[in-house]
Amino acid sequence: MPAPKSLPAADIHAAIDRLAQDIGQRHAKTVPLILLGIANGGVELANRLATRLSALNSHLSTKTGILDISFHRDDIDRNPIPKEFVPTRIPVDVTGATVILVDDVLFSGRTVKAALDELFDHGRPAKVELAILIDRAGRKLPVAADYTGLTLDVTARCKVVVKLDPAKPTRDSVTILPFKPTT
Amino acid sequence: MPWTRRHLITLEELSLHEIEQIHSTAAAFKKILGRSVKKVPALRGKTIVNLFLEPSTRTRMAFDMAAKRLSADVISFDGSSSSTTKGETLRDTAENIAALGADMIVIRHAAAGSPLYLSNILGIPVINAGDGAHEHPTQGLLDTFTMREHLGSLKGRKVVILGDILFSRVARSNIHALVKFGANVTIVGPSTLVPRTFEPLGVTVSHDLKSALSDADVVMLLRIQHERQTAGMFPSLGEYTSLFGLNKTRAGWLNPKAIIMHPGPINRGVEIDSELADGGRSVILEQVTNGIAVRMAVLYLCSGGQPENVVSAD
Repeated sequence: MPAPKSLPAADIHAAIDRLAQDIGQRHAKTVPLILLGIANGGVELANRLATRLSALNSHLSTKTGILDISFHRDDIDRNPIPKEFVPTRIPVDVTGATVILVDDVLFSGRTVKAALDELFDHGRPAKVELAILIDRAGRKLPVAADYTGLTLDVTARCKVVVKLDPAKPTRDSVTILPFKPTT
Repeated sequence: MPWTRRHLITLEELSLHEIEQIHSTAAAFKKILGRSVKKVPALRGKTIVNLFLEPSTRTRMAFDMAAKRLSADVISFDGSSSSTTKGETLRDTAENIAALGADMIVIRHAAAGSPLYLSNILGIPVINAGDGAHEHPTQGLLDTFTMREHLGSLKGRKVVILGDILFSRVARSNIHALVKFGANVTIVGPSTLVPRTFEPLGVTVSHDLKSALSDADVVMLLRIQHERQTAGMFPSLGEYTSLFGLNKTRAGWLNPKAIIMHPGPINRGVEIDSELADGGRSVILEQVTNGIAVRMAVLYLCSGGQPENVVSAD
């Protein structure tokens, strides 16, 4: 079994800064701009990006919210239903707004597809973009990120675990683990 | 712990944690019912059969609506129009439904234990929608969900269940759930309908309405079934109403913030005065609305995959 690899917190913070800068440049005048973190992994990242964006440009008014994709998953009878429930919370009407979906890892693309389905149940955004902290190989759907923090070259047999600690950002970590085969 | 049950047969066997999990899932579904698109594709492509072999209005409609809000296909049928009237056994009826490709069965039956029996012989999830005088788990779930919305924590709260307890599956399911939440449950009514045999469930048995109702946070009324009177359980409906019917004076004994509940169908002027049933403290119609969200949660959770056959985590 290969030893787990990891990234230091400094690399993660630099990646989040890059994401915020890219978004800020492209959306200096976009109103309304909504950042929606995909539960659970994207929620803290969306909060971090919103904080950085307001620091970069105080005129930029971004709203943040949460998108829960549980009821749009296509694997309900294959996987157990998780205990944690973070319901969708969208602060303003999405119709006509520019929405940036935020998630920690982009892998198969199925989560993004489910997130789009959930989003469009709430209205008709003018534009939807995707911001991802870690882009990794293994896409199963035609999905690509508009903003990418880091690209990791890992095989499909690996699992990328991102932990962003809201209380102590120095403890943030990205770990690459061998994917446990199901028995 | 993720949800692992495939069937919902009783509340007696559920842990407090599992009941809370159903409630939090129901709260998420209740939000969806308030959206402009009141539907999610969670059970798209699944077929749910409502097998109601006993009359029902509310429960059947709520299960029907819940399944549709989850994008499942629903087939509802009742005993009078099915082959059960031609002498088909429950087992044969159910196995035929499973053979037709149903993914889940919701069953109401006059015989206690029939949902458990089906869950043991069929390979698909079985949901109990009321079996004899045994349990009506989704009613107990929606009642406690409604109480928690109004009262917050139920720990130490006084909940009074008033009426025909002996024959009531609603009372049994509510008692099991409420005791797990740490509520103080009192059951009250004529001694013929409220026997002391309920005490081992952890409730107080009372035949004195005033002491039972005083300072209660919730009073839950149960329908007085007219056929009980002919069986000699009490002398007349009029006498029942004069001794145990809820009217304005008696409602004054409750905690000022108390809520009044009833699973329906209500007999106006028998177990409750119309004035109270339609009054500001009545949450009877909220119970019906919450019934959809709670049943969505049950159908959704019991459709989930099992931990032993997890496919992937992506």
